[in-house]
Amino acid sequence: MPDITEKILELVRLTSTDLPPDVEASIRQAVEQEEPGSAARGALETILENVKLSRKNSTPICQDTGTPIFYVYYPSGWSTRELRQQIEDAVVQATKKAYLRPNSVDSISGKNSGNNLGGKHFPSIHFEEVEGDTLTIELILKGGGCENVGAQYSLPDTTLNAGRDLAGVRKVVLDAVYRAQGQGCAPGILGVAIGGDRGSSYYASKEVLYRKMDDHNPNPQLEAMEQRMVEEANQLGIGPMGFGGKTTLLGTKITHLNRLPASFFVSVSYMCWAYRRRKMTLTRDQVKYE
Amino acid sequence: MRSLNIPLDDDTIRSLKVGDPILLSGVMVTGRDAAHKWMVDTFIKKTRQPQGDDLEVYEAIKPLLKGGVIYHCGPVVAGLDTKQYRFVAAGPTTSIREEPYQGMVMQHFSIKAVIGKGGMGPKTLAACQEVPGVYLHAIGGAASLIAQTVTRVLAVYKLDFGVPEAMWVTEIKDFPAVVTMDAHGGSLHASVAEHSRAVLQELLAKA
Repeated sequence: MPDITEKILELVRLTSTDLPPDVEASIRQAVEQEEPGSAARGALETILENVKLSRKNSTPICQDTGTPIFYVYYPSGWSTRELRQQIEDAVVQATKKAYLRPNSVDSISGKNSGNNLGGKHFPSIHFEEVEGDTLTIELILKGGGCENVGAQYSLPDTTLNAGRDLAGVRKVVLDAVYRAQGQGCAPGILGVAIGGDRGSSYYASKEVLYRKMDDHNPNPQLEAMEQRMVEEANQLGIGPMGFGGKTTLLGTKITHLNRLPASFFVSVSYMCWAYRRRKMTLTRDQVKYE
Repeated sequence: MRSLNIPLDDDTIRSLKVGDPILLSGVMVTGRDAAHKWMVDTFIKKTRQPQGDDLEVYEAIKPLLKGGVIYHCGPVVAGLDTKQYRFVAAGPTTSIREEPYQGMVMQHFSIKAVIGKGGMGPKTLAACQEVPGVYLHAIGGAASLIAQTVTRVLAVYKLDFGVPEAMWVTEIKDFPAVVTMDAHGGSLHASVAEHSRAVLQELLAKA
């Protein structure tokens, strides 16, 4: 098996320092929606300036480089044990080069490991075997501010009068956006999973965040709902940074999982505007980043 | 845009109103979750005995915080090996986690401005009126840009809390922020929350 540590290091650098073009385009559109001279518009303009500077200087867009969440799709023949080792090595090197902040803290002693490693779950790595001969590694860096405002609801929710259907889902998602206010670094992007158990539901709500900003949900009902959620959330007037304004969400992505008859979970993962997600593909020795 | 220098006097603080954009210069200290808990437990509530270099650090930060500024920030720092520290990325972290501590810490050290993101609650707003002080909102995620306004790292305390949680003493020049909580009881966060709550109720009433 080849050593691709350097290539993974480049994926980490790119993810931390270079905001994907589709996200940047979406923020540019949002600027035009906000009143000239408003705090909301000022915030978005500052954000775009920072995006440009981070790209130019190869410095982290946000100091909270978050939990590195890797999804690895490997062809038959690759060793996941070796891949894990190479990903961990790349993460350690990226931390030394200040592309990542040391973020892994022992929950009992409070000690920071200093190198972004710690136990089996830091960094977070998911493996799946695929057909063909292309290895794909996707990475999201998800900061703590937005992770903290994520939420999971169990329907029916009597306080919100939310039943076990899409109308109920809509209500709890709006509630999650309201509760987040500006604290998840609005404007945000929601990953929503309907169904599953508590664990698989949260997992899927993050996985759906690998979708592109301008793509379409293959399910027409969910596609319509994604658009409605953005429109309605933006009526809340929370705005960029919670300063008030028209842009509270940039997008919503919804997925669904089968559930138990007894359970109806809705999980909302809130991603900040610094939506750092990148992908590398490796076919034989040809590496491509997007 | 107004330029302000640290230390800040009471008249300056009282002249600031919600919505004012400012540029801040002078010596600023970072402190977030671990630092706030440590300050309150060890020196304010005194539920924990000072240990190690606690007293030494306390004496060192006291004059820096008097009339000074605390910044909720866990920076990315270069030069950890050589101790030639340099901030590479230094945006604000979410402030609301310090709500149980902030008012007490402001009163104890006579801190005049707290910088962070997302705003804070009624306890901190009350402290802003009493001390007096203000809450300044920096742009969350604008980390490379903000790091450029940190011209020097002068010292670091409590590095054993980890790089993000340590108290970094920095010199800043034209650090950009907006007043979102003032010394007169004004809070942009309270008004945005109230407005959005009303809209949410309307939306929930629809099918």
